[in-house]
Amino acid sequence: MATLDPALAPDTPAGDLHLLERTWSAPRGLGGWFMHVNHRRIGRRYIATGLALFLLAGLEALAIRTQLAVPENDFLGPEAYRQVFTMHGATMMFLFAVPIMEGIGIYLVPLMIGARDMALPRLNAFGYWMYLIGAVTLYAAFFLGVAPNSGWFNYPPLSRREHELTIGIDVWWVVVSMLEVAALVGAVGLIVTIFKMRAPGMSLNRMPIFVWSILVMAFMIVFAMPTLMTTSIFLGLDRMVGAHYFDPAGMGDPLLWQHIFWYFGHPEVYIMFVPGLGMVSMVVATMSRRPVYGYTAVVLSLIATGILSFGLWVHHMYATGLPRLGTSLFTAASMLVTLPTSVQFFCWTATFWGGRPRFTTALHFVLGFLVIFLIGGITGVQLGSVPFDLQVHDTFFVVAHFHYVLLGGVVFPLFAGIYYWWPKVTGRLLSERLGKLNFWLMFLGVHLAFWPQHHLGFMGMPRRVYTYLAEMGWGTLNLLSTVGAFTVAAGVGVFLVNAAVSLRRGAPAGDDPWAAESLEWSTSSPPPPYNFRLVPTVRSRTPLWDPDRAEQPVVVGLRDDQREALSTTLLDARPDHRVVLPGPTIIPFVAALAAATPFVGVLFGLHWVPIGAALTFLAFTAWNWPHHLGTRLEPEGGPEHRLAAAERAREEAEKARGEEVRR
Amino acid sequence: MPRAPATAAPLRRRAAACALLPALLGGCVGTGVQDVLAPTGPQAARIADWFWISYALAVAVFVAFAAILAYGLLRARRRERRGEPAELPPSHGRGLVIWGGIVVPTAILLTLLVLSAYTDRRISRLGRGPGEHPVTIQVVGHQFWWEVRYRDPANPHREFTTANELRVPVGRPVRLVLSARDVIHSFWVPNLHGKMDLIPGRTNDLVLQVDEPGVYRGQCAEFCGTQHAKMAMLVEALPPAEFAAWWERQLRPHPTPVDSALARGHDVFMQNGCGLCHSIRGTEAHGSVAPDLSYFGERRTIAAGTLPNTRGHLGGWISDPQAIKPGNRMPAVPLEGDDLRALLSYLHSLR
Repeated sequence: MATLDPALAPDTPAGDLHLLERTWSAPRGLGGWFMHVNHRRIGRRYIATGLALFLLAGLEALAIRTQLAVPENDFLGPEAYRQVFTMHGATMMFLFAVPIMEGIGIYLVPLMIGARDMALPRLNAFGYWMYLIGAVTLYAAFFLGVAPNSGWFNYPPLSRREHELTIGIDVWWVVVSMLEVAALVGAVGLIVTIFKMRAPGMSLNRMPIFVWSILVMAFMIVFAMPTLMTTSIFLGLDRMVGAHYFDPAGMGDPLLWQHIFWYFGHPEVYIMFVPGLGMVSMVVATMSRRPVYGYTAVVLSLIATGILSFGLWVHHMYATGLPRLGTSLFTAASMLVTLPTSVQFFCWTATFWGGRPRFTTALHFVLGFLVIFLIGGITGVQLGSVPFDLQVHDTFFVVAHFHYVLLGGVVFPLFAGIYYWWPKVTGRLLSERLGKLNFWLMFLGVHLAFWPQHHLGFMGMPRRVYTYLAEMGWGTLNLLSTVGAFTVAAGVGVFLVNAAVSLRRGAPAGDDPWAAESLEWSTSSPPPPYNFRLVPTVRSRTPLWDPDRAEQPVVVGLRDDQREALSTTLLDARPDHRVVLPGPTIIPFVAALAAATPFVGVLFGLHWVPIGAALTFLAFTAWNWPHHLGTRLEPEGGPEHRLAAAERAREEAEKARGEEVRR
Repeated sequence: MPRAPATAAPLRRRAAACALLPALLGGCVGTGVQDVLAPTGPQAARIADWFWISYALAVAVFVAFAAILAYGLLRARRRERRGEPAELPPSHGRGLVIWGGIVVPTAILLTLLVLSAYTDRRISRLGRGPGEHPVTIQVVGHQFWWEVRYRDPANPHREFTTANELRVPVGRPVRLVLSARDVIHSFWVPNLHGKMDLIPGRTNDLVLQVDEPGVYRGQCAEFCGTQHAKMAMLVEALPPAEFAAWWERQLRPHPTPVDSALARGHDVFMQNGCGLCHSIRGTEAHGSVAPDLSYFGERRTIAAGTLPNTRGHLGGWISDPQAIKPGNRMPAVPLEGDDLRALLSYLHSLR
């Protein structure tokens, strides 16, 4: 496979490799650990934290399933059950799925688009710290026995103070607000990176499909998350200063919460799912050894999914007594949203049909995704119907449906992605044998765990019940479901073994073990701190499959003694100017501590809000202070520096345009 | 536990379902006391019909897609083994995506959409025509029980209140007016109709009709707090004449008992403050925050479907309700053995 090593492009000046290495290298020591801003470090942290929380939420799921395995069980009491099912939902939705998808995007996007780092690296680091502080706060409350207990959806009036005094509900809205901050800044960084940092020649219509899916996800986050933050702060005001947003006795309305929450909550599902679709497209192409059939159709489908997902929220509220004409429009929208996905299903099928599929573990997970998600999608269409939904809404039928959708649409693509990109991230291969075992345990476990729950729904078992009477006849199916849950857990256990073995003594992967098509496979595994020795240029959608790859031009003229990157134009990715990215700094960590103070502090007293706001102001002032903390970054200095730097950048860009694209 | 009488037709359908559903379950599990697919009301029946149509289409879609996918994978593999070029003729791919990905799904979705809208229209028309006067019952959700008020717009003196059990006439539309005292609950009796939320500050209504006499179980379907799991209700459908007689009986107040044991029970009830929360028509017990106990002796269950209404269970419940349903609002009432026995006799005499 082609490489961009200077040895193969003899007329490229080698530059000072040691200098480049030193410029981009990570800071050392314990202090250095808090100063990383490199996208791969941040991405890895997101992924590792997300996986750890996935395991915790999985343990919570096992506790739930153990409690429900037999009628009138007393493994968990009613209050413990409330906290555990709330934590399972909140962790999976807020702490696992969204952050891990963002983390994978943060890790892979710069590599896929041929950039040396993300735009806004400090903001990126700040986002991770906010996420970590939120996760720690939530789990601190859990281990102190005061976790949120009214569901991840937290409907008022149940969550209002007169019904639930527990500080757990306050922890919920505080943590959710912090996580939204994290998700938003992560999304902003991804959007700017994708729009402005692509390698020369990678016009929008040549971007890898995964990058498209991350772009769609990031825009969905930008439009969906602020509504949740607004409404969770309304709830905080209701609880802490006696506001009446959701209080029927004070002219408030509990349904206001449901509208705003689901206006966020429905897109949230697709925020987790869209990057999964992107991963599937990448794996399908590589493993079929041909480009995905219908690139344009797939990309437009991703965008359509993103847009349509904002018009479905009322299908969570059919049983609240809204006007019938309105709800039937949402039936139509709920059915319409399946079309973009069905287009992609057939694009992938056509890809297999015309390709030479290799049945690796990654492809197994993709095929598992197709089967599981198809079933979840079908029950989703059924649930879109108002009359049918009135029957099965808030029953185990819905639990079955969304676990098919989320395990199928998020976890299986995620595992496909992990098996696919693991060699790039770690430099080592995972065992395919253990991988297949991992797949089959999870695949069979999912059906065993969730298929019976469809029937439980028909048999009238509501969601969120901590126990049931033996006379209800739900025992057998619940027991089966519990066995299935433990089977899935065994599959995840096999994965952990596989990962541990690979890290200790896995076979070296080489740069490109799959003979893949996108740029991340052109650099070493794991990639060097600067990602690419020489920034590549791109002439097609599958750059590494170009027959003349070795002779394609590379970008020169980026300085080795500064973290310099090339910024390109939005549509066509023509070289525009050079940017100097900030290096390691403690500022994002300090700013995250300061910005978390009002959120966490409000749990202890309202006076922490002004104190925290003042600290946040100070931290961000320091962030933007000219010549701060010894980093030598002239373009971020005072206005006169900035002007001069802009001048220089323009001149150099002019010059660069001439010499950049050699040959 | 009372079981819903299952008619032959739903059983046949269920058998068909067992034949069709993948064998993952290792056989089909029989009808429970709550069952969406064993309808005994016109609305539940229409919804079940829609489900069976959608189910048939779903099976077809799943099988068709799985077949196309498997064929594509096998074809590619075979060609590779034979060393033939893998390429797909462009027209094939376009055909797959346009027909498989757009045209056929659109046709199926439109079919389901039209049928869904039709079903929705039919089920929401019941009891709403001109000249129809459905029986009106107000249901108020409480943590964690149901207050049931029988309404008579013509004569407020004929109204009365009960709890956790509804009696309705067979074959006649019943209009339920739904609201909630504290948090959101949801009224759901699967054999009769879909669910409708009870929301504080709002009023919803749900019209249903029971076609066969019997007892049907329902359960709160919106998470309402610690004891959401133990908030059930029973709906008993009576022949119209019996229903009318029952209503008449409910209007009679209870005289203070003359029997000495029952009189002692009555006194225990009044002296221990039970009447501050509960009420019994005809006595000075007028509380409104807990279930009305007039005609408590008729009830099949106590604590909203948690326990059968037997003497032993009732004694256990009064002595330590928090052990049976932790988090409910009823305080434990410590009573001497004799007092408790008298109270049990009194409560069960209310019929």
